[in-house]
Amino acid sequence: MSLRAPGRQTSPATTAETDTDAWIRVAGLDKTYKARRSEPTVALQGIDLSVRRGEFVSVVGPSGCGKTTMLKILAGLVSRTAGDVQIAGNDVNGPLPEIGMVFQAATLLPWRTVRQNVMVPAEVQGLDKERYGTRADELLEMVGLGEFADSYPYELSGGMQQRAGICRALVHDPAVLLMDEPFGALDAMTREYMNVELLRIWQQSGKTIVLVTHSIPEAVFLSDRVVVLSARPGRIAEIVDVELDRPRELSVMASDRAGVYVDRIRRHFNATSVID
Amino acid sequence: MTTAAPTGNTVSDPPGHSPKEKAAKQRNPRFDVRERPELLLVPAVFVVLILVWEFVIPLFVDDYVLPVPSRIVDSLGQQLTDPLFWGHLEVTLRESLIGFVIGVGTAILLGTAISQVRLVEKTLMPYVVAFQTVPKVALAPLFVVWFGFGLTSKIVMAAVISFFPMLINVIEGLKAADADRIQMLTVFGASKLQVFRMVRLPSAMPFIFAGLDIGIVFAILGAVVGEFIGAKEGLGYLLLQTNYNFDIAGMFAVLVVLSVLGLLAHFLIRFAQRKIAFWAEESRVIAA
Repeated sequence: MSLRAPGRQTSPATTAETDTDAWIRVAGLDKTYKARRSEPTVALQGIDLSVRRGEFVSVVGPSGCGKTTMLKILAGLVSRTAGDVQIAGNDVNGPLPEIGMVFQAATLLPWRTVRQNVMVPAEVQGLDKERYGTRADELLEMVGLGEFADSYPYELSGGMQQRAGICRALVHDPAVLLMDEPFGALDAMTREYMNVELLRIWQQSGKTIVLVTHSIPEAVFLSDRVVVLSARPGRIAEIVDVELDRPRELSVMASDRAGVYVDRIRRHFNATSVID
Repeated sequence: MTTAAPTGNTVSDPPGHSPKEKAAKQRNPRFDVRERPELLLVPAVFVVLILVWEFVIPLFVDDYVLPVPSRIVDSLGQQLTDPLFWGHLEVTLRESLIGFVIGVGTAILLGTAISQVRLVEKTLMPYVVAFQTVPKVALAPLFVVWFGFGLTSKIVMAAVISFFPMLINVIEGLKAADADRIQMLTVFGASKLQVFRMVRLPSAMPFIFAGLDIGIVFAILGAVVGEFIGAKEGLGYLLLQTNYNFDIAGMFAVLVVLSVLGLLAHFLIRFAQRKIAFWAEESRVIAA
């Protein structure tokens, strides 16, 4: 399948970061929405970011700062106004098969069983049914949904649906997992549980993850680095290295060190606007 | 028919075998009168109406104008033992079903083209709207002139009248697909055709079944109206004959048969819907 868009000629990146081994490389990214009758809206401005292979990076920022737009540009769903975006050595000019994405809502298809839902990316990309079917079963087993493989989505709770959504994003063995506020719709208890689950999945699969979230504690708990975006136009205000020991347990969030990180990130929002 | 949903293999294995659901089945709420009092009330109203009709109405209205239910049942019994009647029934059934298949099939093809190709939509929609406002029943005399007293004119009538509700439902249904689901498939690299097959078509299923449901009833209506205008056989023809003979009980008997026919068709389609579109989130019915 020719999912890969024809290679675009890119000028040498004039980026602050010179990490050529970056698994995800964003350089000089701008996004401006042009409106017919009003002034164009600058959503993102001068975003430079490199993500190492196997790294867990979160993006936080006030509402409307363009963090979801940034993720959609990485996913090839939204075009960019300027700049370069590369994932695993491919220029992003449309959806890449190297991408797995988890959405705000689980977005499972109600007419498919859980297993058939997980198989969607493999089916769409014409991958071997048997081999990836086995992989789907293994993934479902890993997230504790093994016995629900033949159930329909409406028989699952919200947290279970989102876990199936994560399996779907991983089934075709993507290079990068993009997550767009995946736990925003879940209650606090389920959310904490899902955070622990996600760390376990990340450690087992070794995937590179970019997660957009509203929750600063969630970002600190999960990430190697937290990218803080400023209010519109979205610029990188700070990139915070979270140096908490791995593997992490929820109790780490009660520690002073975690509190320092949360405070440091939160200060950016107090200075600009209120986080929702 | 394009009812080949991508979940064909699951159709024979409907959901409902999870442990959760088994617990709910202990007291089946579907047949629990305390949960659904209408299960008693609907037949009760029917019995009361029939009793009033049988014993009270005759005090005020002459029997030959409005025959009592027992006389209608007698007449129905006579009809059902008459081979001629079964001939009429067969003719009307044949006209309705052939017309239905043609009308609905054309609507599915055209509706798909209109909903998927912008130029086709822009070009044809004004005509669709214009023709939709024409009272189709009024075309029946024209069809009899064009296609004669035989089956053809009734088939055309049934096809035309079942075409429009189906067309509108197909167009709406194929456009009703959830944007998030389409985006999800797009991220994973789905082509337009894959998006159509995996999301748009299944999303349209509840609408398509609503169109089939209205369409089958309309097709019977179209055939009967066609027979009114000019025919030598069929239930519509029989209805006119009994009318000319002032056999009101006979007329009612034919009406009962037509109603049962419509009901059977309706339940058949609902049954198919539950088997094929079992997830059925919402089925917004769009009547023409």
